[in-house]
Amino acid sequence: MPRSTYQRLLGFVGKLAVLLILGFLVLPVAVVTIAAFNDRAILSFPPQAWSLRWFAKAIAYQDFRDGFRNGLVVTVWASTIALMVGAMFAYALDRYRFRFKKGIEGILLSPLVIPHFTVGLGFLILAAQVGWTRGYAVVVFCHVVLVLPFVIRSVYVSLRNLDQSYELAAASLGAPPSRVLLTVTLPLLLPGLVSGWLFAAILSFNEFTASLFVTAQRTQTLPVAMYNYVREYADPSMAALSVMYIVGTAVLIVFANAFLGLGKVLNIEQSR
Amino acid sequence: MNAQPFLRPFTAPAVLCTVGLVAAMAAVLQFSLRAYVPGSLEPGGFTLANFSDLLKPLYAKVFLDTVWICFLTAICTLFVGYPLAFALVRTQNAILKSILLVIVVTPLFLGEVVRTYSWIIVLGNNGFINSVLMNLGIVRQPIQFMFTTFGVVVALVHVTMPVMVVMLAAGLSHIDRDYQKAAESLGAGPVRTFLTITLPLSMPGVVAGVTTAFAWTFSAFATPQLIGGGKVNMISNLVYQLGFASFNFPFAASLCVAGLALTIVVLTVLRLAARPLDDLKAH
Repeated sequence: MPRSTYQRLLGFVGKLAVLLILGFLVLPVAVVTIAAFNDRAILSFPPQAWSLRWFAKAIAYQDFRDGFRNGLVVTVWASTIALMVGAMFAYALDRYRFRFKKGIEGILLSPLVIPHFTVGLGFLILAAQVGWTRGYAVVVFCHVVLVLPFVIRSVYVSLRNLDQSYELAAASLGAPPSRVLLTVTLPLLLPGLVSGWLFAAILSFNEFTASLFVTAQRTQTLPVAMYNYVREYADPSMAALSVMYIVGTAVLIVFANAFLGLGKVLNIEQSR
Repeated sequence: MNAQPFLRPFTAPAVLCTVGLVAAMAAVLQFSLRAYVPGSLEPGGFTLANFSDLLKPLYAKVFLDTVWICFLTAICTLFVGYPLAFALVRTQNAILKSILLVIVVTPLFLGEVVRTYSWIIVLGNNGFINSVLMNLGIVRQPIQFMFTTFGVVVALVHVTMPVMVVMLAAGLSHIDRDYQKAAESLGAGPVRTFLTITLPLSMPGVVAGVTTAFAWTFSAFATPQLIGGGKVNMISNLVYQLGFASFNFPFAASLCVAGLALTIVVLTVLRLAARPLDDLKAH
């Protein structure tokens, strides 16, 4: 082939570009990891001595502990409620015809484009006007609304790909609708439900901007606590916490990829 | 038999959420039309003054800066994200593909604060880049990345990239490979095949990616707040500052409304500009 040298060069340039871009993506993660293990309080590269003391400090810091606990409370409630609300609505979207269907769908998917600071401010004002104290309820409700689009989409896609003949078979054998739903539809939907829940949980745990508006000192979640820390202190315990955060998230992602196939969830499998 | 047995119980919770979201947005809209009473959390009577205040140069500049930063970020993310999306879709090796996917997707779930903090360590005056450059003797004084638009955009590109790559990859993966094979068998080189076949067919993904990147960047708060440090302000920072530093919630709400209107206008323009591309999808 006469083009082979040229093609090889092209392939090389392409691979180099991809490597550089991956480097850009990984650079902050690598740097924050180095900083977390650096013994000195002042950031310096390369570090002279290594230590684990910033991890110990981060774990012992009360605001981070509270933030982690509050974050877990909010995440568990918000993702579970969002999963139930979203899955039932996705089912209705796929199977039923009802009034204002398009309108409700549009509004529930709108947090994808409405800036989070607007949603946060809205719930803050609403809570103040209705006279709610700034407790967990408003934070959880705000998170439910924010993660609902992802759950609805995830479950809706699974419903679309579901073979309805199983349900028809069960129904024709005399199973009432509730039994068909519980013993046929629900088990078939399980992967979609799990990925939707996982999506919702990760997004809720990481949500920051809206949380900054709706949380109070007593209910602040981990990202809010981290933000407040970065504003006030410059020591690497934040780097240590970031590393724990990154490792935790990466483990979840690898797990999700192995069991659910992220490519399918994100709709980026190559068509053949 | 009832054809829609679970209609009411299945839609009721969703309707409740819809009502809540609409009420929250209505609250913002209502506050944007109320007067600010200094020293009080309760707003005054109805007025349009908040919206006329938006035209003051100080605030108008923040609007322009925000659109400019969003635009820059979306375009840079597109150029950086495209090769990666291409590699992600075309890699045949399953392990390599998984590694790529995890590297691309993990930052998506990392949250803005962690990523912004990481960039502060990379870009700061004592940060990674400046330390390396000074140790190598390339520069004597640290280069100022913090508190500059450049620094903010670099971090925002990093924040936005995963979404862009996912959108582009979705667009690229749905292209029928036979078109490329046909072009190649007719003697087109890889560059020509890419420019005349793959690139035009991937345009729906590009449009989806750019619109999402724009909306995503518009929503960013921690990155411009911490890396911009008050020198680079976006609408989000102004909203927070007005709300929590001066308790001027009515004006903060009017900024939100104007920002939302601006997003809708920009997204609609992008959609309309991309309309001719729908023909491509149909074939």
